[in-house]
Amino acid sequence: MKGWITEKGPLNEIVLSSRVRIARNLKNTPFPTYLNKEQSAEIIKMIENTFIDFPGIEYKFQNMNEIEGQEKQILVEKHLISPELAKSNKGAAIIREDEFVSIMINEEDHIRIQTILPGLQINKAWHMADEIDNNLERNLDFAYDEKLGYLTCCPTNVGTGLRASTMVHLPALNLTGNIGKILQTVTKIGLTIRGLYGEGTEILGNLFQISNQVTLGPAEEEITDNTNGVTNQIVEKEREARNILLNTGRVHLEDKIWRSWGILKNAKIISSQESMNLLSDLRLGIDLNIIRGLSVSTLNEIMIEAQPANINKYANKELSPEDRDILRAQIIKNKL
Amino acid sequence: MICDNCGKRVATVHITKIENGKKTDFHLCEQCAISENTISINTSFSISDLLTGILNNTEYFPLKFDFQEELKCPVCGLSYNRFRETGRFGCSNCYKTFGDRLNPLFRRLHGNINHLGKIPVRTGGKMKKVREIEKLKAALNFAVKNEEYEKAAEIRDRIKELDRISKGEENK
Repeated sequence: MKGWITEKGPLNEIVLSSRVRIARNLKNTPFPTYLNKEQSAEIIKMIENTFIDFPGIEYKFQNMNEIEGQEKQILVEKHLISPELAKSNKGAAIIREDEFVSIMINEEDHIRIQTILPGLQINKAWHMADEIDNNLERNLDFAYDEKLGYLTCCPTNVGTGLRASTMVHLPALNLTGNIGKILQTVTKIGLTIRGLYGEGTEILGNLFQISNQVTLGPAEEEITDNTNGVTNQIVEKEREARNILLNTGRVHLEDKIWRSWGILKNAKIISSQESMNLLSDLRLGIDLNIIRGLSVSTLNEIMIEAQPANINKYANKELSPEDRDILRAQIIKNKL
Repeated sequence: MICDNCGKRVATVHITKIENGKKTDFHLCEQCAISENTISINTSFSISDLLTGILNNTEYFPLKFDFQEELKCPVCGLSYNRFRETGRFGCSNCYKTFGDRLNPLFRRLHGNINHLGKIPVRTGGKMKKVREIEKLKAALNFAVKNEEYEKAAEIRDRIKELDRISKGEENK
């Protein structure tokens, strides 16, 4: 494991990662949905060739046609590619060796540059993506309109094509029922907050994603500053809520955290959902100095390694859901 | 053509109503056609049903609906109706093809219809100057408003200089 999963970053106890994605399209070329196999292969080739000229850093090129389903799923679980790209047979991904950068080709747009950094570093993530964009633009003609900016397949991305998001761990705000209020407030300034990993409305492991909704109008720096500022404020509110929990019921909180530790250390069978929720307690315990000697990056690693495709890879075969739950319990136990 | 109802947006729905042998033309923007329900029809169809083309057969109804033309992107072939169904464009040229009728959508999604962010480095040279002049003009107005005349003069000189440079480039 590498990239945002194992590296440290500012406010890492609450902010797991900062991610920037920019969408770009080639001029006078149908968007990926309307491309046939030959045309998409041509585009992949063209972008790959542009990339070869990139100085210094090593990139790994992966054609979705050429890699196995499980490998693709692992890339999805590490947040390096989207589930949509994994399903596509026209796409490809270029992944920087350190896994801070990935470029998706022929997803919904021809090019999606993505940078993910640990902790709250949204502005840095934008500058990295911006630089890659400039490098690509040297050789490629992007679809750009003077009035509307960068043109994208979906009208929700037009303008900057920029989505700036942070992944935050908000157990105290969730427990005290304050998420709804925050959602209402951030919506007013063009941002949104949603639960992560959950199916439907269910929130897994108290993880939330804060991101901008508006891409047309504000400049890129405005968008990243906004996401950064709002994340900072939410972190502050989460800290307040944690203090309240500590002051009003320290023993109960400690009990909950150590019980979770006990289950994760001793369980023989554990589902993905249960492990995510218990890991959330551990993450809280580390921040509140209740658990010592365990790092948040270990928890990040467990969170990724405990997902289906990663477990199958560990076992070196496709496991049944029950066998996966058994192996998951072992993996977690060993890690802790 | 401007909408008969709101007088603001571009009229994209053109309706010919024939009643007792008298012909009346309506020109409406899509929003007014849908939301204002300006024309009352005694059928169970809603206006949005009509918009999606159910009423192509004019034989049984006193109303004839047709769009300015069957709007289709010349590059990828995507029709405006298809775009409305899927919410996805077929190529970057669709934006130009569908033009101003997309503005209400952009306003609803983003609250804006103008991009003020990044300009491509290699291909956006001229655009950058235009944008900078626009910014300076706004700053000039602000300075004049606040009676900062010395600052205003400085900004004015800078605008003149930029104007001269960009005109010079055009003449090259």
